[in-house]
Amino acid sequence: MPEKQINKPPKLALKIFNWFCKPAYHHDIEGDLIEHFEENLEEKGLKQARLLLFFDVILLFRPGIVRPLFNKPSLKHPTMYQHNFKISWRHLIKNKEYSILNISGLAIGMAVVILISMWLWDELSYNKYHENYDRIARVMQNQTFDGEIVTWVNQAKQLGPELRNNYGSNFKYVSMASWNNSHTLTVEDNTIGQNGMFMAPVAPEMLTLKMLYGTRAGLEDPYSIILSKSTSEALFGGEDPMNQTIKINNEDLLTVTGVYEDLPPNSNFHGVDFLGSWELYEKWQPEWVGWGNSWFQTFVQLADNVELDRASEAIKDAKLLNSEGVGARMKPALFLHPMSKWRLQSKFENGKVAGGRIQYIWLYGTIGFFVLILACINFMNLSTARSEKRAKEIGVRKTLGSYRTQLISQFFSESILISLLSFVLSLLLVQLLLPFFNEVSGKEISNWWANPIFWVLGIAFALITGILAGSYPALYLSSFRPIKVLKGNIQTGRRATIPRKVMVTLQFTVSIVLIIGTLVVYNQIQFAKNRPLGYDPSNLLSSWIASNEINKHYDTFRNELLQTGEVEEVAKSENFITRTYTTNSGFDWTGKDPSMHEEFVTMRVSHEFGKTIGWEIIQGRDFSKEFPTDTLGFVINEAAVKYLGFENPIGQQIQWGDDETYHIIGVVKNMITQSPYQPTKHMLFFIDYNRSNVATLKLKQEANIAAALPKIEAVFKKYDPVTPFVYRFMDQDYSRKFSGEERIGKLAGFFTILALLISCLGLFGMIAFVAERRTKEIGIRKVLGASVTSLWQMLTKEFIFLVIISGLIAIPVAYYYMSKWLNNYEYHVNISASVFIMAFVLALFITLITVSFQAIRAARANPVKSLRSE
Amino acid sequence: MKYRIGEFEEIVLLTVGILQENAYGVSIKNEIKARLDRKVSVGALQVALRRMEKKGYLNSKQGEITSKRGGRPKLYFYLTALGHRVLEYSRDTRNKLWDAMPQTPLNQKLS
Repeated sequence: MPEKQINKPPKLALKIFNWFCKPAYHHDIEGDLIEHFEENLEEKGLKQARLLLFFDVILLFRPGIVRPLFNKPSLKHPTMYQHNFKISWRHLIKNKEYSILNISGLAIGMAVVILISMWLWDELSYNKYHENYDRIARVMQNQTFDGEIVTWVNQAKQLGPELRNNYGSNFKYVSMASWNNSHTLTVEDNTIGQNGMFMAPVAPEMLTLKMLYGTRAGLEDPYSIILSKSTSEALFGGEDPMNQTIKINNEDLLTVTGVYEDLPPNSNFHGVDFLGSWELYEKWQPEWVGWGNSWFQTFVQLADNVELDRASEAIKDAKLLNSEGVGARMKPALFLHPMSKWRLQSKFENGKVAGGRIQYIWLYGTIGFFVLILACINFMNLSTARSEKRAKEIGVRKTLGSYRTQLISQFFSESILISLLSFVLSLLLVQLLLPFFNEVSGKEISNWWANPIFWVLGIAFALITGILAGSYPALYLSSFRPIKVLKGNIQTGRRATIPRKVMVTLQFTVSIVLIIGTLVVYNQIQFAKNRPLGYDPSNLLSSWIASNEINKHYDTFRNELLQTGEVEEVAKSENFITRTYTTNSGFDWTGKDPSMHEEFVTMRVSHEFGKTIGWEIIQGRDFSKEFPTDTLGFVINEAAVKYLGFENPIGQQIQWGDDETYHIIGVVKNMITQSPYQPTKHMLFFIDYNRSNVATLKLKQEANIAAALPKIEAVFKKYDPVTPFVYRFMDQDYSRKFSGEERIGKLAGFFTILALLISCLGLFGMIAFVAERRTKEIGIRKVLGASVTSLWQMLTKEFIFLVIISGLIAIPVAYYYMSKWLNNYEYHVNISASVFIMAFVLALFITLITVSFQAIRAARANPVKSLRSE
Repeated sequence: MKYRIGEFEEIVLLTVGILQENAYGVSIKNEIKARLDRKVSVGALQVALRRMEKKGYLNSKQGEITSKRGGRPKLYFYLTALGHRVLEYSRDTRNKLWDAMPQTPLNQKLS
């Protein structure tokens, strides 16, 4: 016995051989090997024989004997796939209505997902145009006002040299920068207003501008300028602008030393039409601008071996060490905000990053995911609903010897066919919807089909959707028992319809949540819009005063405007009334808490300002030229009264700086001059004709704006012939504050409509199927005297019930998320019950219409027809 | 008509012809070793056999199952008519070439 065991050929070698050999060759070659082994065993002994066998097996590993790597028999039989697709195609053609519902539902879902993905792609690739994307940062500062940390992006001009000299090892480049503001550029008699920034000579290198003319070293000379391609074209046509001279702001002459490719819309530097030298810009600033005047921006690029956190920590006290008095009391702490977070994570709370646009990434990502799920559920529902129709086919196939795997692959081919067709359709849809989508989302997406990544992802996505959508029918239908199916007693009882009902409920839950969300967003916008503004923005227009000539001859300028007959009143101020972002501190008054770090929003105005904008004085009086002391008077708003803590504010004195004592002459109603979602800040208005560079005009109520504007422009041009007359209507400017929220509302509405559409398509298919299955029942009921109404009731009852359940699930979910969203706004609407009722009634109504359409058709059908056949 | 056939394939084909009814893997291998003193690996032999079967020079038939060979059947190979023609063609071409070869150059070299 043991001898026999030992004399056997080595199992391992044969196993290996078995593993790699073509199955057809395996038996006889193995026989040869064993016979050979037995011969060798006698001649050369066991050890040798075994070794030789191993050797032979190794030598057998050669093409011709090794089996193909992917030896799926089906791959060698394309017929099977052809067959699968042929059958799938025939099913599609046979049930046209069902196929159209299915494909269009899935196509809409896919279109939504594609649009959302493009949006996400665009957002996530923000600023990646700049090659040093992951090394660039902006210097920010946290300051403490009254125990509250406020985060600023602006910096003092001294910070640049400070960082370069004392913290230089952390940075490769440091650049101070101006804001991207409008300046006039003049070439001969061609003047245009363009936005541009003034930065250090390293900026083009840091931002990796793509130079079309000149080099990135173009800003070395303070009297040089580099232009974007579009600016260059606007000034010089298509010609080479190198070494041409441009007059900027009608003051300095600059030489063009380069032209760069326009920066793309998904860059924070988009719209920077030219770059000038910081050195020049610094010369334009008043002498006294110091550490306390955070008027500029600071950009850095990290040194190659330095981590962001380390550099951020290192510069923390760079400002504090240079500050004293009020500046130091605010405990300025500097830190770096990396370029990768500028776009999506730029909201600060208590000095720390607290989200920002990233929440929309999540929001839309989730919506996209759910819409796709809805579309897949549709597909599953419709397929399983039709399962009975196909049950016989499956039974026959199974009795004829189909494996379950073959049936599964049959159903998967069907779903993949549908998903590919839907994908093609969705591409058309995307192309159609894109202009609208771009408008709503404020993007400039185009040429999406030119990106190979899109196609790879798109097709992979279509296949995955097909598999996802086909998984349930494939696994469920293929599990039918042939005997039961052919006998005709397949389960159609309560249990079989439960998954379908669950899915319909899920669909409507998502839809109702989306409806509620959209309604709440619109309510919030409306709520903020209805907030009393405190002034009258209609017919109010403002323009920057770019030339000192106007300031010098302000009175005559004003008179000439009034003489046009179109203008009711003219005033000057420091800022637009819709954007008062200047703040000041250093005030003192009796009763002030000594530990309070006060800060006021301040606005320098001319005497007529209040009259022009139509503010409402509720105590005291407006500024008046009859009282010369008004130049040291404050008009404050209600919020400031509360902030100062005065019971009777009129006549109270406020110390500002070392020697100036102001007195309060009037109190105005709170005005919304910043965000309409935030409580009004405490404001001080005072007279200053020098540092107020915004002219605000109130046109007469009856004025014809089209006729009035040229007259007004003529007056502006008289004093400032160079600067183009650029103006803003304040009512438009104010409504622009809602654009972000309106965008969310529109997008949410857009997706909601599509989600509803998908759900309705699914429902439509379901009810059609139910009616069809119960044709006989309906026929008999009719013969026995059932009315159309009662039949309609019978058919719709079930679905209405499902929608009610969906509503019950959706309302708390929506409430939770929407109140979270609303908490982002300090001034927000409370979600009222009416929103829920409206969303619910809307969903119910849509369901009723969808269902009734089919139900009535079925109920009205002639029973003779349905009962005769068979 | 032209038949392309390699040297090793020709030997295998001939051996199958010699063995007639008894040509299967091991016997072919042993025959080649006995007649030509040439060692052939199972792999090389099998690849050649299958190739020529695909080309139609050989035919195969499964044989009886014996207790030897671990209960695996033998696969017997037969020369087909085509296979025969190939061998004849191969011999003819060689003969033609031999006939055309002049005697002198060889002798010259030898001398």
